[in-house]
Amino acid sequence: MSTDLLEDVALGEINKYDFITPTHEVFRAQKGLNAQVVAQISEMKREPAWMRDFRLKSLQVFESKPMPRWGGNIAIDFQDIYYYLKPTTEQGKTWDDVPQEIKETFDKLGIPEAEKKFLAGVKAQFESEVVYGSLQEDLAKKGVIFTDTDTAVREYPDLVREYFGRIIPPQDNKFAALNSAVWSGGSFIYVPKGVKIEFPLQAYFRINAERMGQFERTLIVVDEGAEVHYVEGCTAPMYSSESLHSAVVEIIVKKHARCRYTTIQNWANNIYNLVTKRAMAYEGALMEWIDGNLGSRLTMKYPAVYMMEPGARGEILSIAFASKGQHQDAGAKVVHAAPHTKSRIISKSISKNGGRASYRGLCKAEDGAVGCKSNVVCDALILDPKSRSDTYPYIEVEEQDVQIEHEASVSRIGEEQLFYLMSRGLTEAESSSMIVSGFIEPLIKELPMEYAVEMNRLIELQMEGSVG
Amino acid sequence: MPETLQITNLHVAVEGKPILRGVHLTINRGEVHALMGPNGSGKSTLGNAIMGHPNYEVTEGAIELNGQDILAMDASERARAGIFMAFQRPMAIPGVKMADFLRHATTNVRNPQRKEGEELIPMRQFRKELTAKMEQLKMDVEFARRYVNDGFSGGEMKRAEILQMAMLRPKFAILDETDSGLDVDAVKLASQSIAAIAQEQEGGAEMGILIITHHDKLLEYNTPDFTHVMMGGRIVETGGVELARELYTSGYDRIRSSYPEEAAVEDEMQQAAAAAV
Repeated sequence: MSTDLLEDVALGEINKYDFITPTHEVFRAQKGLNAQVVAQISEMKREPAWMRDFRLKSLQVFESKPMPRWGGNIAIDFQDIYYYLKPTTEQGKTWDDVPQEIKETFDKLGIPEAEKKFLAGVKAQFESEVVYGSLQEDLAKKGVIFTDTDTAVREYPDLVREYFGRIIPPQDNKFAALNSAVWSGGSFIYVPKGVKIEFPLQAYFRINAERMGQFERTLIVVDEGAEVHYVEGCTAPMYSSESLHSAVVEIIVKKHARCRYTTIQNWANNIYNLVTKRAMAYEGALMEWIDGNLGSRLTMKYPAVYMMEPGARGEILSIAFASKGQHQDAGAKVVHAAPHTKSRIISKSISKNGGRASYRGLCKAEDGAVGCKSNVVCDALILDPKSRSDTYPYIEVEEQDVQIEHEASVSRIGEEQLFYLMSRGLTEAESSSMIVSGFIEPLIKELPMEYAVEMNRLIELQMEGSVG
Repeated sequence: MPETLQITNLHVAVEGKPILRGVHLTINRGEVHALMGPNGSGKSTLGNAIMGHPNYEVTEGAIELNGQDILAMDASERARAGIFMAFQRPMAIPGVKMADFLRHATTNVRNPQRKEGEELIPMRQFRKELTAKMEQLKMDVEFARRYVNDGFSGGEMKRAEILQMAMLRPKFAILDETDSGLDVDAVKLASQSIAAIAQEQEGGAEMGILIITHHDKLLEYNTPDFTHVMMGGRIVETGGVELARELYTSGYDRIRSSYPEEAAVEDEMQQAAAAAV
């Protein structure tokens, strides 16, 4: 049938993220990866020696590690990628400071508008660098730091050095090592003791150039009793060749603090999205990951919460949508390293039109983690016979006194459900859309309204023309 | 001329097995037809075939709405043409709120030309109408916020089906055992509601109703103009309200002896169904 082709055309026409901005970059590192390129990035950023050494060591780790032998099929030529691309000379403090064509890009993505309406601060990253940053004045006065990580290395060296690479060391995995070697941009957030930030802080990551690698590095420290909600959005236009997005996100949630990290990722279908995200939660702290994965060719991402002290809690909610030519290998990791810690994982995946969605999750209870509780629910919805869903749950329990529950379900959109909705006048496409939106409803209702609307819209976009 | 739903020599197979073997039935708007017959005689099959269930294959015959063949239409198009079926076991759609679903459905049925993505009927207008209908059906407003049929009791499901019918205002409605699973009071309320909905149709024309039932209670406020008895995939006898009375007091013995061929087919179908279980 020609519906696949039609669908691609339709998606291309309506996908508002699929546009390329002609830009005047100020610097582009030579293509490929070697010690010179890494040293050059460090030099461009006027980094201290410790960071330069960290990068070079990480490159060695990257080169010594084999590719992961699980997850998805990664066909990347590491020498065919640009690792660093500087789009502007200076970061803007107002949108007027940002070069016109880049500002227009973010206008199209609706960022300045959202900033006015409901955000406490914004970072906008274009290729390798953050080109715009803002933070509400009263928060800055309270000592909140929200800056790009490069600036943080220069301006808050002690704070950065204390945590950088401690949660996710370069040795953790090949892509964490790659990021550690060539990282650029990303957000650094410090929320002082007791400060509760009411509105979200948002970062927006845009890849614009072809064969570009984006390696942002985010570090969030939420001090005792403090609260923050951080949101990241990611998009890129469609090119015929692949691009790579490989981020590292490290989070420390101290005693009785709370951190919520929401991702709505809608990469173009030729982006490899290989991301390591991990949080450590201390006494009575709460870490929540809300992870929406749409787009990309292959996503491998398993946000983790290590519960380090008694009473710490971790919650991970994720949605993955895999369509034609896409593999979402996503999931979650919870590690109970202290007594009376609690975790909950809810994962929902949808696969259609030959897409493949895998849930890969780890639930670990370490020796001595008495009275810890974990509840894992993963549901998969398969929209047609061409599509696929897998579940890989790993459970490691070293302690007797624990309560771990795991439920998994896989369902296909039922003919009977479709017929029922159609018998009420809904078209076939509207009916399957409605079934899908109902399926993800338990997660959508956890999102702030603005993001719930965006998420629903993205899912609808994915569903358009899905019925042949 | 009243509007009609006309079924001519309808043959329907499910998974290749013939179930209906030549059904003739004409329903005019404003008429109440009762369809009775033993379990498995093909009553629900007829309903599903009229509604356009893809698994019910029409192998011969015609279904026409006002002289227009509807066999090529899918269920959605039939709904928008004015046909409704209250199901015996409606499907649950987890995560989809009754109100959202009904607003979408109501918009499409009232504006059959609507294209996907076009505006829905205004929220305020819809909510007002929905609340009024729910009050008539003695349903709690909270119901609109629940997920479609998800965790509903048998009685709640049946009332939800009637609520949908009230909102969609069909020209023709098939009620498939809408009384099963309801207690006496609930059946009485259902019967009254159906009668009220049938009469309050727009444009003065009442609904045409096909009531599939085993009992007399649902017919209490919907006195059938015609009663049909189905056996072995055919309508073997048609009468007035007195035929319905005879069947629910005396059963199907007289019918069986009058129509031995259909009774034999019926027995075969029953045995096959029992073997399949």
